Amino acid sequence: MKQKSVLKQITKSREFSLVIVLIVLCIVATILNPSFISPTNIAQIFRNNALTMVMSVGMLCVLLTGGIDISVASILAFSGMIVGMLLKYKVLENTFLLFVLGCVIGIVCGLLNGLIISKGNVAPIISTMGFMYIWRGLAYVISNNQWASGADVVGYSDFGADGAAGPYIIIAVVFIAGFIVLKWTKAGRKIYAVGSNAEAARVSGINVDAVLIYTYVIMGFLSGLCGALSVSIYASAQPNMQYGLEMDIIASCVIGGVSMSGGRGSVVGTFLGALILALITRALPLVGIDAIAQNMVKGILILAVVVLNVVTQRMMDRANLERREM
Amino acid sequence: MKKRIVALLMCTAMVTSMVVGCGSGNSDSSSDASSSDDSAATTEDSGEAKDIADCTFAIVPKSAGNPFNEAEAKGFQEAIEAAGAECIVSYPEQATADAQITVLQSLISQGVDSISVAANDENALQATLQQAMDAGIKVSCFDSKTNADSRQVFVNQADTELIGQTLMDAVYDITGGEGQWAILSATSQAANQNAWIEAMQNVMEGDEKYANLELVDIVYGDDEPQPSTEQTQALLQNYPDLKLICAPTTVGINAAAKVLQDQKSDVKITGLGMPSEMEAYVGEDNVCPYFYLWNPIDLGELAAYTAMALVSGDITGAAGDTFDAGDMENSPYTVVDASDGGTEIILGEPFEFNPDNIAEWADVF
Repeated sequence: MKQKSVLKQITKSREFSLVIVLIVLCIVATILNPSFISPTNIAQIFRNNALTMVMSVGMLCVLLTGGIDISVASILAFSGMIVGMLLKYKVLENTFLLFVLGCVIGIVCGLLNGLIISKGNVAPIISTMGFMYIWRGLAYVISNNQWASGADVVGYSDFGADGAAGPYIIIAVVFIAGFIVLKWTKAGRKIYAVGSNAEAARVSGINVDAVLIYTYVIMGFLSGLCGALSVSIYASAQPNMQYGLEMDIIASCVIGGVSMSGGRGSVVGTFLGALILALITRALPLVGIDAIAQNMVKGILILAVVVLNVVTQRMMDRANLERREM
Repeated sequence: MKKRIVALLMCTAMVTSMVVGCGSGNSDSSSDASSSDDSAATTEDSGEAKDIADCTFAIVPKSAGNPFNEAEAKGFQEAIEAAGAECIVSYPEQATADAQITVLQSLISQGVDSISVAANDENALQATLQQAMDAGIKVSCFDSKTNADSRQVFVNQADTELIGQTLMDAVYDITGGEGQWAILSATSQAANQNAWIEAMQNVMEGDEKYANLELVDIVYGDDEPQPSTEQTQALLQNYPDLKLICAPTTVGINAAAKVLQDQKSDVKITGLGMPSEMEAYVGEDNVCPYFYLWNPIDLGELAAYTAMALVSGDITGAAGDTFDAGDMENSPYTVVDASDGGTEIILGEPFEFNPDNIAEWADVF
């Protein structure tokens, strides 16, 4: 009896439909190209999408509060460009310190976002839009028309090189920490409370402004971290790096069932969403879809997964309602 | 609503009159409007000799934040300033034709004497550039051309056929004349890359010598490291027997070289790249035996001499015109017919970067 209810719970959970999608995608891709399921391929999927995955945890927090942050790719470029230039001109070459620096830059950027949104009462999309231009622009200014790549970042790029453990460790730590914080800590639960009903949260004694600020700080921190990581993985820092990445990050969250109006979403769902997006991106060139059509197919698949997810959600809601009526 | 329309009309009228005004005053130059007024009467219109030192030369590269474009602009600026003239470097916000049009329009209204542009799209700039030419501005292209109607002359880094031949020779040499190879390009619309790829395909079809070479795929990395990395990995996975990747783009060759080096792959890479970025990958036992490019500083310099020759009236952009280009290697240069019906000036042959000279060039650009 108990076993049955556990099974029922699993099959009824929203994440379950994502797991099914993931498995179907893997099977289809493997049939079309048997090398898809190989260990190297799986490892590369995680490495190539490390940035999207890590930052989607931060975006999850932001979306949970009912906000959005479209400045993340710019923060990444700003932090990455500073790291790159320090390496190029041999000012600082310690990998660990450069990562710490990237994180600190990200935290400052996130803090500014949080302050303007909470204290200044500016809509998140507006505030982060402003910073999207500011940080990206600053990345160009800092670069002064130079790139850091190849010989400039030798040594530093070992951390994120193909086959190195660095990116995988960061992904694992961020997701595990995100899971624990959002599920079991006061700070994490407050994010959900603010997103579900900010007014109710305020009345029950939660400092909504403080919650908003640390949410954007978390997002900024992860973006800054990814700036440093990006330079290490791709051995290249260009001011236009990861242009448009914010859309992939938001897409990962949305595929993972995170609600754009706040209060609903989970770390597990986000992880699955990011993984599904990563698989789609990876599979398209491998199954022989023409290069120029890949983006279109990617868009169709994203929409299909989201629609499927929404339909499942609605069926669950109806089932819940029916149970209550009885 | 009515008020708004009136205001809009007035704005349009103002801008138009500014453009027209600057255009007519511009035959004798300088962004300084007051001085152009009195001299306008004394100088005759277009084609007549002018004092270069009083003129303003503008360069519009493909995009900001790219060291290759920066090097072109640097060569251009140095040559112009050495002649005592004023140089304006205007980068578009993005590597798109739209962004370039905005920049070009602002240059036209500033009343510059000459515009040298590396076009982000072959046809999209036509209306704006014709407007510039109507206003008496000398229009030339470098690096990436517009169609023949939108320019007076094109400063070509190297003959397209020659680049195709050179790259095919490299492919033949590195693979040993047989086996699978693939191309990693920039975006699927990139005019330069598409022309070179077509030239390579023509070379391959035109000669029995290349019969044992199989071009298995052409993929596009969008000139960004991440997609280029992913496309390279997909190539390696899809074609286990692949022997060589040819990337005729600086971002692509760099990203692909990194992937091959990381995976300790036996696949080789060649193509067009920047020596400073490729230094870590070039070597006898390394992933890149050798690669090609031209000197972007020289290209910018030649674009500058071309612009000055157009403004001074030494050339009109017609085939057969010749002009001196300072102390440049192949000076004097001759304008020749281009395959698109327009005319062009060719800088020279693509330059080979190999283990022997890479360190020296890596310091230059």
